[in-house]
Amino acid sequence: MRNPSLSLTAILLLVLGLGLAGWFAARAKARAFARPGETRPHSLPSYHGWYVLLWAVLPALLFLGVWSSVSGGLVMQAVMDSPAAANLPGFEMQRQAIFTEARALADGTKTAAFNPQATALAPVFAEATTRYTIIATVVALLLAFSGGAFAFTRVSPGFRARTKVERLVMAALLIASLIAILTTLGIVASLLFEALRFFSMVSPIEFLFGLNWSPQTAIRADQAGSSGAFGAIPLFWGTIFIGAIIAMIVAIPLGLMSAIFLTQYASATVRRWMKPLLEILAGVPTVVYGYFAALTVAPAVRGFAVALGIPGSSESALAAGLVMGIMIIPFVSSMADDSIAAVPQAMRDGSLALGATSSETIKKVLVPAALPGVVGGVLLAVSRAIGETMIVVMAAGLAANLTINPFESVTTVTTQIVQLLTGDQEFDSPKTLAAFALGLVLFIVTLLLNIVALRVVKKYREAYE
Amino acid sequence: MKQETELGQQAGQNIMMTARNVSVFYGGKMAVNDVSIDISKDDVTAFIGPSGCGKSTFLRSFNRMNDTIPNARVEGRIELDGEDIYASGMDVVQLRARVGMVFQKPNPFPKSIYENVAYGPRIHGLAAGKTALDEIVQRSLRRAGLWEEVKDRLTDSGTALSGGQQQRLCIARAIAVDPEVILMDEPASALDPIATAKIEELIHELRGRYAIVIVTHNMQQAARVSQRTAFFHLGNLVEYGDTSQIFTNPRETRTKDYITGRYG
Repeated sequence: MRNPSLSLTAILLLVLGLGLAGWFAARAKARAFARPGETRPHSLPSYHGWYVLLWAVLPALLFLGVWSSVSGGLVMQAVMDSPAAANLPGFEMQRQAIFTEARALADGTKTAAFNPQATALAPVFAEATTRYTIIATVVALLLAFSGGAFAFTRVSPGFRARTKVERLVMAALLIASLIAILTTLGIVASLLFEALRFFSMVSPIEFLFGLNWSPQTAIRADQAGSSGAFGAIPLFWGTIFIGAIIAMIVAIPLGLMSAIFLTQYASATVRRWMKPLLEILAGVPTVVYGYFAALTVAPAVRGFAVALGIPGSSESALAAGLVMGIMIIPFVSSMADDSIAAVPQAMRDGSLALGATSSETIKKVLVPAALPGVVGGVLLAVSRAIGETMIVVMAAGLAANLTINPFESVTTVTTQIVQLLTGDQEFDSPKTLAAFALGLVLFIVTLLLNIVALRVVKKYREAYE
Repeated sequence: MKQETELGQQAGQNIMMTARNVSVFYGGKMAVNDVSIDISKDDVTAFIGPSGCGKSTFLRSFNRMNDTIPNARVEGRIELDGEDIYASGMDVVQLRARVGMVFQKPNPFPKSIYENVAYGPRIHGLAAGKTALDEIVQRSLRRAGLWEEVKDRLTDSGTALSGGQQQRLCIARAIAVDPEVILMDEPASALDPIATAKIEELIHELRGRYAIVIVTHNMQQAARVSQRTAFFHLGNLVEYGDTSQIFTNPRETRTKDYITGRYG
């Protein structure tokens, strides 16, 4: 029982054992009154079992959860109050080092200590740990037993164990779903606080509308070449240029046409093979696309630019946008596929029966009817594209150019976030905090795009159902 | 051959479409078995029979809508004005412009009422200009008995109309390309009795201008709207004759049993 984590496991096992015993006992009791000929009990015997088990296990687990967070402090308090701790050094870090050693000795993970004071404290630690572990064990077992016993006494033919268990299951599911939502809220909050710190140093107007991005700030006053300009327009433009313009010029026609081919022209066999193949594209790690963009597409784009007589850079908006477009194709195609498939067959029949050809039917009936779904898919694709990082980090470049020349290098919000936070950073300079402001903008834009996309898709669904 | 001559004699004077020894298969399953029938130009012809008897499948082979179903195969010969519609030289687009169709569930396009009716004339290039197209749309809506109800809201979506209005819009849409035959696949089965009565009235009015073939589950409907009735059972054409004769004095016991409600 020297290692606290080991003893915690033992308590848990004991509690669970008690719960299991309660389960069997309650089920046996419930079975006893579920005799044929008498009125049928409200709940099945196993529900009574679960009811008792939950009553035995949950309070004890709750107690142990709370206990594990306060027991460390309690042990510490006991040690501090002991006479052996009277003449510890006043310096916090020294004291912590001694405590750490003493605890290691008490746990048995270490056999000899560097500091003699730690050796003296070790028995105190061990004693306090043991005492509190015993208290915890007794309380937990008592809770488990009394909870189980209380529940056991309530087991009777008329007792609505099923309803209670169902309610608990619902509560558990609710908590599970809340965790994801609360985590998101936490992320937003942390982003927000850091961004607010940034905006206390740099005005939001300058950040949102400034045309000059040069985030290197001077660490020492005498350093040169560090202007510290935080106008993010070039980054926003770069992001939109790559993610919303070039990538979409590639992805929308190709995705839409492949969806039309797959839903309207391809035979069942072709569809069965091609659809998964297309979806594999969505599973390729984005870093692989990044290699492809940087090593294959970017030099080709530069070669093309040079052949045209335009000075091309080895990192270009076009290279990153093209590859990102390829990456997005499966999203567009699968959303378009779904919404075209959701257009009722009757629509198609109606058009064909009027003597329209397949392509007329697609152009005039299917695509217009599927358009809201397609638009929703495109918006989702855009929101993914502007949040995409690896491809642009590897292929788009770092120069914050405000340009419409696709052969020039541009930079994006995500690229800059990576740049600002890579390496050793101090978290009180506007340079580092700027990353959070950028992240916040990205988050808000993506969120809005998603909301709009979902609304569009939902509205479209209502039209047919 | 005996059946064929008999059927030929039974048909009226003006024969619009003829089917000879037509069988339809879905994959290996036979849905229609060796059916021969003549469709008169001046009459409304009703196909009746229990569910799954092949009457809708047979109807869909008259404008080759079965082509859109994978694995569907049609054997035999169907003629429109003496022309084999399954011949390799037959243009399906032309055929469907001549043989229109109205479906079981109203299926207006999610476009305006005007655009719904103008759809066919546009793809077939029937109207020379805006005024000509307006005229076609108005004439078609009038013939479908819908004009008075929608003339002030032609730009509203066709899907915003009531079920019965939608179905009449679909009939107007079919009429707009000026077909010779209109096939109706249980056109009133998704409608309430009042809307159904309007559709039946409309069928009455359209008779003579177009050859009409209607598939229906509802025997009273067949009796009300048609002059000729064909009874199908298990993919076979059991009996074909004047509606009055089929309903009052059927020759076949199967027809009699069905009409008196013994099965189906």
